[in-house]
Amino acid sequence: MRSVIFRTVAPFLTGLMVLFSIFVLLRGHNAPGGGFIGGLIAVSALAIYGIAHGVETVRRAIFFHPMAIAGAGLFAATIAGLVSLVARVPFMTGLWIYPSVLGTEIPLSTVMLFDTGVYLVVIGAIGSVALSLEERGGS
Amino acid sequence: MDAAALTFLALGLPFVAAAFAPALTRVLGHNAAWILALAPFAIFVHFAGFVAEIAKGEIITGGYAWIPSFNVSFSWLIDGLSLTFVLLISGIGALIVLYSGGYLKGHPQQGRFFSFILMFMGSMQGLVVSDSFLMLFVFWELTSITSFLLIGFDHGREAARRAALQALVVTGGGGLMLLAGLLILWNISGITQFSLLPAFGGELKESPFYLAVLLLVLGGAFTKSAQFPFHFWLPNAMEAPTPVSAYLHSATMVKAGVYLLMRLNPVLGGTPEWQILLPLFGVTTLVAGAALAVRQTDLKLMLAYTTMSSLGLLVMLTGLGMPHALEAAALYLVAHALFKGALFMVAGSIDHETGLRDLTRLGGLRSAMPLTFAIALLAALSMGGLLPSFGFLAKEEIYAALSGFDRRSMVFAALTMLGNALMFAVAFAIALKPFIGPKVHTPKHAHEAPLLLWLGPALLAVTGLAMALMSGLAHRLITSPMATAVAGQPRSVSVSLMPHIGVPLVLSGLTVLAGIAFYLNLARLRAAMTVILADIGWGPDRGFDQFLRGLVRFAVAVTRRLQGGRLDVYMTATFVLVAVVLLAVPFRYGEFPRAPFFSADVPLHELAIMAIAVAGLFAVVLAADRLTAIVSLGIQGFAVAMIFLLYGAPDLAFTQFMIETLSVVVLALVMTRLRLSPSDHRPLGEKLPDFALALACGLGFGLFLLKVTAAPFDATLTDFFNRYSKAVAHGENVVNVIIVDFRGTDTLGEIAVVMIAGLAILSLVRLRAGSLQRGEPVEIAAEEAKREERA
Repeated sequence: MRSVIFRTVAPFLTGLMVLFSIFVLLRGHNAPGGGFIGGLIAVSALAIYGIAHGVETVRRAIFFHPMAIAGAGLFAATIAGLVSLVARVPFMTGLWIYPSVLGTEIPLSTVMLFDTGVYLVVIGAIGSVALSLEERGGS
Repeated sequence: MDAAALTFLALGLPFVAAAFAPALTRVLGHNAAWILALAPFAIFVHFAGFVAEIAKGEIITGGYAWIPSFNVSFSWLIDGLSLTFVLLISGIGALIVLYSGGYLKGHPQQGRFFSFILMFMGSMQGLVVSDSFLMLFVFWELTSITSFLLIGFDHGREAARRAALQALVVTGGGGLMLLAGLLILWNISGITQFSLLPAFGGELKESPFYLAVLLLVLGGAFTKSAQFPFHFWLPNAMEAPTPVSAYLHSATMVKAGVYLLMRLNPVLGGTPEWQILLPLFGVTTLVAGAALAVRQTDLKLMLAYTTMSSLGLLVMLTGLGMPHALEAAALYLVAHALFKGALFMVAGSIDHETGLRDLTRLGGLRSAMPLTFAIALLAALSMGGLLPSFGFLAKEEIYAALSGFDRRSMVFAALTMLGNALMFAVAFAIALKPFIGPKVHTPKHAHEAPLLLWLGPALLAVTGLAMALMSGLAHRLITSPMATAVAGQPRSVSVSLMPHIGVPLVLSGLTVLAGIAFYLNLARLRAAMTVILADIGWGPDRGFDQFLRGLVRFAVAVTRRLQGGRLDVYMTATFVLVAVVLLAVPFRYGEFPRAPFFSADVPLHELAIMAIAVAGLFAVVLAADRLTAIVSLGIQGFAVAMIFLLYGAPDLAFTQFMIETLSVVVLALVMTRLRLSPSDHRPLGEKLPDFALALACGLGFGLFLLKVTAAPFDATLTDFFNRYSKAVAHGENVVNVIIVDFRGTDTLGEIAVVMIAGLAILSLVRLRAGSLQRGEPVEIAAEEAKREERA
């Protein structure tokens, strides 16, 4: 499994896949994609990196414990739902703002925050399972 | 700010104070009590402002919508009943906070204690002013939870933990019964508020569900108010620090059950069932409690058992249905709250100053603690029902209610006199015995209690005296409105300290005489009771332990049977069930699909994809080793994803690709961990049943899908989402918009599940690895064996 080619390519592949997963996450509202799929892609990226360079390297690379990432995601998703309560509309109502950055209008919404939460939960939860399996499986 | 907003604030104030209590105590030490007591005091002042209005016969309701779609509100009802309760709770609450300042002075966790007791107070306060059923239930359970924290405050001791758990199980279980009762009540009446119930009352008693409601409500009330045979948690709750006992017994917690019965008396009361069950349980509790109290020598335990009998008396009076009974209940409730609170605090002071609470080892404290002695005497006068105390008024009214000459009255009068006489003996045993006689040696050098310790009981005892002396005012402001609210019709209490010659006074006199006789023979009575109880042997307290042990054993047996720990058994069971459901149902109802229609001109590429899927299937079955089989499973999955892609579901296809990839990876990892042999070496005889099962499941799913797709497609939802996805939710990808917006709350739940599942798997992986390293099997049986040993 750990051929030289694979080990050389893996970091680039992983980077690309993570980047792609974010792209999929962000475009999800209007085209195929979204937090769940994006999260799965990112987990695959982590799994590949783990197979190529060992779980310790992955853990160092993502810095946080995967479950902490999942927790942050769940927190973000809940916050996204609660924001609407502050605005005095029912829980989980999507709210949008359109700030203009350097002349470009960028749509931001609680829905996007929510989808990001989903993305992080999927990465964290499935990632931690995959990593812990890899860890013991190798040794 | 209007009165409604202020009331809302008053309901929240104890919890706010609870949040600040630990920090405040860290800064100010035990003197934080002076500031924290302001919270209940402010509440007392706020509600005292309603007294004049309520005395005029008005009822104050208010509140906010909570869950309007279910007609559930956060609303309160202030009438004579709830007002009396809330004044007792906040008034005594303030004194208890002060008392705990002195009692737990220097305790490392005093801040936490303040916090708990304020929360407890807030829960009880919310309970008695609740108008909506659900709110009452929430606060009801909150009192169970906060009392759990308080009883188990000294959590280092096994006995305290057990008592806390016991109180929680008993009262929490009762709370669930209450919830069921309230839901049925809601169902048959369509009403969710107590204030609207009386208008519906008559119909309720006719309802076929009346008995069910009654029994469930009684289940809640009797467990909370420690009626026999659910009384055992109450004396065990003495494990809590004394301020808790004083509060729990005088104004809160155990009074909640009585409150509930009084609140529902106009709606559920007056029926034969009500008038049989309540007096029966009440009088049993009264006599049993008094008899058990006599046996004790611990001051706190003696008081605890007399609380039990007082609660029995209150329940009896509420259910009796005779003239004067409800008035007597109102009077006795107030009197009891005042004298019991005072006596508990006195007992705590004695314990605090001498280090002893055993009646037989105490004596001669009168010169060392004169003030405490005076307070104890004053409270005991009220408990014994002697002039000139509020307890005297209550006792007169009780006997006025029981002074009939029919057989029912006479039986209850005799039993009540027995109970009261025993309580009289206990009251004076506590108020006299530790103080009179020769001085005895105590672990601590006895001296008068400090201000914080005597202020509370003194105020309570003096209040009892003042209310008796100004009985006209007290009746007009407190007891008459309360009796009116309990009865559901105007009642006025008129009993005064001037003794009227008549049957009640005679009964009262006889009670006192009997009480004196009991007091003089207390030691003999105690010995007799000890012998009797030893002969009986078994009691509900032990029964509780046996019940819990039985429950655990049952759970272990069930778990061992259902969760044997063999994955193949689980999977076989699951798939057999799936196959049965999918095949037996259409077979039973003859609902098999018709033969599918195959279009003649299927495009070549679609045929190719189907061929790949089928080829993948064969590859799985024929694979020489497990790893190949797993990878081959991916072939079939990718083919299915392609089909999704062709039929216009790119999101689904996308997800399917990812899931297939990841499941191949994860499965492969799991397989390497399991250290299985590379291929399946079972003989054909073992493989065939699995094969048949797989075939049956596949066949079932196939038939099911054919049947489902044969029905005409209902496009209502599709149209809805297509139309509104962009317009309302600003997204063109309908699938994603449904997930994150239209059905966002579902997704929130789902990702929570994903995370919890992840945590569970993670811990299983760790557990397994850890136990393998240590080389010891982790089994429930082993755990259970350990627990048995400890027990």
